Amino acid sequence: MSEMAGRQSLDLQLSADDLAPLPRSAAVETVVRPSLSYWQGAWRQLRGNTRSMLSLLTILTLLVFCFVTPLFIDFDTSSQDLTQISQSPGLARRSLVVDTAPWGGVAAQYREAAPAAEVFARSRVDDLRLQEAPHTEFVRLAWSALPGAVSYRVYRHILEPSAATDLGLPLGETERRGQVWFEDRLKLKTRTYYYSVVAVSATGAESAYSTLAATPRHAISVLDAGLRGLVDSGDPEVAGTEVDLPRHLLGTDYLGRDLLARLVVGGQTSLFIGLAAPLICAVFAILYGGLSGYLGGRIDELLMRFADFVIALPFLLFMILIRVAMGIGPGQSGVVPLLVALVALGWPSAAKLVRGQVLQLREQPFIAAAQLLGAGPNYLIWRHMLPNVMGVVLVSLTFAIPSAIFTEAFLSFIGMGVAPPTPSWGAMCNDGVASFLSHPHELLLPAAFISVTVLAFNMLGDGLRDALDAKLRD
Amino acid sequence: MIKTASIYCRLGFRAWLGLALLGLTLPGLGLIAPQAGAEALDFEARRINLAMSQEPPDLNSITSTDAVSGLVLDHVLQGLMTYNQQRQLVGGVAERWQLRDDGATFWLRPQARWSDGRPVTAADFVFAWQQAVAPGSGSEYAFILFPIRNAQAINRGQMPVTELGVKAIDAHTLEVQLHQPCPYFLDLTAFRTYYPLRSDFYQAQQGKYGAEAANLLFNGPFMLTEWIHGASLKMQKNPHYWDRASIWLEHIDVPYITEDPNAHMNLYRDQKIAMVDGLGSDSLEGALQSRMQIKSFLDGAIFYLEFNHVPGRVTANRHLRKAIQSVLNTDDLVYKVIGSPGTHPAYTIFPRWMQGHRDLFTREYPPSRPVLDAARGRHYMELARQELGLAQLPAINLLADDSPGGQKVTQFLQTLLQQSLGLEVRVDMQIFKQRLAKMSAGDFDLVIAGWGPDYNDLLTYGDLFYSENMNNRGRYNSADYDHWVRVAQASLQPELRMQAFAAMQDLLFEDVIVVPLYERGRTYVQHPRLQGVVRRAIGGDPNFNYARIVAPLDGQP
Amino acid sequence: MLVFILKRLLSGVITIWFIASATFLAMHAVPGDPLANPKAVSEEIRQNLASRYGLDQPLPKQYLVFMGNLLQGDFGISFTQKNRRVNDIIREHFPVSALLGVLALVIATAGGILWGALTAIYRDKWPDSLIMLLVVISISVPSFVFALLGQLAILKLNSWLGFSLLPVAGWGSLAHMWMPALVLGLGTMAYLTRLMRSSMLEVAAADYLRTARAKGLPGRRIFFRHQLRNAILPVVTVLGPAIAAITTGGFVVELVFAIPGLGRYFVQAVQQLDYTVIMGTTVFYGAFLVFMVLAVDILYGVIDPRIRLVGAGGE
Repeated sequence: MSEMAGRQSLDLQLSADDLAPLPRSAAVETVVRPSLSYWQGAWRQLRGNTRSMLSLLTILTLLVFCFVTPLFIDFDTSSQDLTQISQSPGLARRSLVVDTAPWGGVAAQYREAAPAAEVFARSRVDDLRLQEAPHTEFVRLAWSALPGAVSYRVYRHILEPSAATDLGLPLGETERRGQVWFEDRLKLKTRTYYYSVVAVSATGAESAYSTLAATPRHAISVLDAGLRGLVDSGDPEVAGTEVDLPRHLLGTDYLGRDLLARLVVGGQTSLFIGLAAPLICAVFAILYGGLSGYLGGRIDELLMRFADFVIALPFLLFMILIRVAMGIGPGQSGVVPLLVALVALGWPSAAKLVRGQVLQLREQPFIAAAQLLGAGPNYLIWRHMLPNVMGVVLVSLTFAIPSAIFTEAFLSFIGMGVAPPTPSWGAMCNDGVASFLSHPHELLLPAAFISVTVLAFNMLGDGLRDALDAKLRD
Repeated sequence: MIKTASIYCRLGFRAWLGLALLGLTLPGLGLIAPQAGAEALDFEARRINLAMSQEPPDLNSITSTDAVSGLVLDHVLQGLMTYNQQRQLVGGVAERWQLRDDGATFWLRPQARWSDGRPVTAADFVFAWQQAVAPGSGSEYAFILFPIRNAQAINRGQMPVTELGVKAIDAHTLEVQLHQPCPYFLDLTAFRTYYPLRSDFYQAQQGKYGAEAANLLFNGPFMLTEWIHGASLKMQKNPHYWDRASIWLEHIDVPYITEDPNAHMNLYRDQKIAMVDGLGSDSLEGALQSRMQIKSFLDGAIFYLEFNHVPGRVTANRHLRKAIQSVLNTDDLVYKVIGSPGTHPAYTIFPRWMQGHRDLFTREYPPSRPVLDAARGRHYMELARQELGLAQLPAINLLADDSPGGQKVTQFLQTLLQQSLGLEVRVDMQIFKQRLAKMSAGDFDLVIAGWGPDYNDLLTYGDLFYSENMNNRGRYNSADYDHWVRVAQASLQPELRMQAFAAMQDLLFEDVIVVPLYERGRTYVQHPRLQGVVRRAIGGDPNFNYARIVAPLDGQP
Repeated sequence: MLVFILKRLLSGVITIWFIASATFLAMHAVPGDPLANPKAVSEEIRQNLASRYGLDQPLPKQYLVFMGNLLQGDFGISFTQKNRRVNDIIREHFPVSALLGVLALVIATAGGILWGALTAIYRDKWPDSLIMLLVVISISVPSFVFALLGQLAILKLNSWLGFSLLPVAGWGSLAHMWMPALVLGLGTMAYLTRLMRSSMLEVAAADYLRTARAKGLPGRRIFFRHQLRNAILPVVTVLGPAIAAITTGGFVVELVFAIPGLGRYFVQAVQQLDYTVIMGTTVFYGAFLVFMVLAVDILYGVIDPRIRLVGAGGE
């Protein structure tokens, strides 16, 4: 704007009045420092950078997602939906309410007459059947006794068995002589299972196997449905009705906890650590580095030597050491030890940056000019030093955030981060690793959130650096 | 700039491509190097390849305590007694034996030898046992020798080691004096702390016994021939082993050591190892998809929720414990949360596979099962609150370690108690050693504890809540319970002992000393051609002493 | 030059003393008992153990003993790996980590220079965009995800080929190191690619390049002799910190790929409160890094006379 005005003035016709000295006014004496326009210019530069603006938008969205949405929606991170463990992302599902009273089984059968060993090895149990319609609370099997069998082994497969060595999970062996039934309750899902039964003789020999396919439907016990207020558990008619289970948009984890809720609350932990640690570092760095650079001399040397010591500490090793040394008490989340460790090890590099900047600024002509015009130390620090230092600090801050988020994720991943049940993205990744092959969403979702956040901060940092770099702007 | 760039494009593209390819292939040349003995099974060489979760921390049999070292030790050393392929107790170094009220005599096999060819003598046992109880060795398992006369006094430093009640009558006769009748003493002599050590070899190592493969001497079926710390171990058949004819395998190689279960699974899939032990419920699906043969066995570990019984703690209140007992749904825990086949809900501290008098103990004396009833639980809570004279029950601390399995159970319990009883539970998650320290110091209200057996007798579980037992971390103290433990310790009458254990079991339930959670079943996959692997709860597990490889069929890898 | 090196050496020694003291303090602030065991031990047995490790001494005495041993280069005996000296543990496992680290660094540097140069050549064309996209992904995805995916990729590759081209895990031959080193070096490679790109572009705008072009030098020669050589210099300057990041950042890779490196031992040692191993490893790594930085500094002095001048002038 000022340049435009300047060019226009060339076209003006000058009169003698214009060349007369102006009356003394306070306005002329005031040192006008375009501190605002420094940031305005930077902002304009940044706004022109699409990638940076996209990153900024992403970061704002993430912040809203993690910190604002919980104000309106109550996210429950701890309640366990044991009927929907490790469920993939999806919508609500209907579930059958079933009575889960213990099963007495079917009448015992035992046929003593033992056939020859090779006959036994070739024979198989007959009449393998389902005692009730199968559902995810239990599958009840029964069969006819095989002569010579003292117990039966029950297996469950997700593929059709191809050989006696390919019967699937060994669910168990019947415990009592003559028991010709079995109840399977092991993590049932709504998919087709192949149940196989093998008889075992007194000598430990196995018979051939019989197989039965069953596809359980989703069910919830009367007790559980009652506890969750889905039905009135006192009502004897309730078994057999259907209810709608709460939906889990992004699926659930290994305890049936809602992943969306945990991602939101976990994001609070991760983002809080990621933002707070660099911020505290920055404040401390400005004080420490500023003081060091401003005072100079012996003290400067001493302070910087100490900073060098801290930089020399092996970072990850000391992160772990400090985290463990501080300890986490009962019921504590473990955020504070992580924060302390990150700050304790993170401040020196920023402090050195600030000090360097201050040293450079001290020699700048405009500082000397300001001093000549009678500016006091307070004025110098607040109007000249700080705004100029802020640029460097802001850029290093933006780059420190992703690395802090990574450090938190990494430590939580190796089990040295926040304490369960506090969720954090890194801790969720740790939880999800075990089931990566069967339920990849439990690892990939939190990992994706970490990646997007880190990416956004990195890109914003790039943009900021370009915007604040005086050389580029000129 | 753009113009010059396009010049590079034309001029240098092929050069760049070549450079890039070269960069990629150079490291790739290493691939051509053959990898000898890298397959899971080798029928010709009688070799199997395995992976371990960690390397053995301590191969000195008198100080060793952990499972991984136990696995190795049970292949390379042998005690007076040992377990055979059917898990029965049989003679090891001892050929004959006699157990009396006041002692025992063992006649050693003259053909039993050390791996340097010299005979195993009675003096080797005397030396090992004296070392194990000597205070200077700092053996944490010294207590297991306490049935021997004077062992405890020696370990306390009140007597010289020479006073230990064990004597070598001659080279092949060992005489043991017992402190009091010990019905399970023969089982004890199969335990690693009872293994022999040869004094001249032991002393020649100058404190480094067990540190490297070269610092060990063997009398078991195998020898540890190579041990690269953290990377690999190699065991080879011991040519001097007295029963070498019944050992088929020549080599047991452990080329991989990693605690990452996914890595084990991937190695198995890649046909690099013959077995994956301890599959999590999450890796089962993949194993089923690939049609692997999955097996399971009970590894002897029982897990339970332990209460702090020290007066002043809220958990010292029986009604509070009752409340927890009546809402703790172990079925949900086992079937839905843990979800590993072979793991059983536990209702008592005694595992289902342990023998009673004539039949399995839990069949002779079935444990009582709590009736799950949240309303009754809240009623007990109310009673507890009144007895304690509190307006509201305070939050209680649940101590847990940070292992993945521990976390799962801890978080399940926390939410369960909170939702069904309104009891506020604060999880106190600590790294392993910190949890142990807090447990020993009694700094907890609730702790999820596990116990594995040391020897094949119900007492290894039953004396856990004996008031003087150091492992009784909740400091449960009952004259009744102590009485029954003493009966079981000293009586030689099986019936009476079983009654004593049944009485302990009843007290455990009635007084809610602990709430049993589950009996751990371990799931594993094993190469279909590898047979005769013994899985067991007592002794080092798994055991490959009797393993053999089935000949490959034609056309099958 | 000699004065400069001596001065740096002295400050390095002081730094190591600081690291050792900080480690000792942090270590003894850790709550818990290194002698705790799953099976309880009697007080007498505990006493025996405590005196064996010198834990029954007052803290200042322990510190002096620790420092005294350190001066002799002795880190003591491990608490959990009984009968093993910490020196032996470091001697056996550090070379593994170092080898992996060096390989990762080689991959990262070579890759960084190659890809960075490529992006600069194809500035704003599709290869540039593609490589920069990959770079951005490599920087933002956590290393443990890459480790898992890397292992999975080998598995799929092997089963697709029908034979084991690369081992899934383990240690021993170069084939074992390939994927772990790639995973470990990926982040650094991405960082170096970015650096190389901007450095190339900066050099491209320099006067001497314009002169070279004006002289009519062939494009390839300008590229290799002038642009690439000058652009690589800034890349070399960040190698020091990169070594630090790579050598201490190997825990996860070592874990996933079953590599017997020192990083894995450290994590285990912390969990087991193995005092001597923790202190030994930390001090050793600290010293290693200090001397690496020193070595890199001296190297610059050799490579670039301008830096030597500044260095000799006393900081």
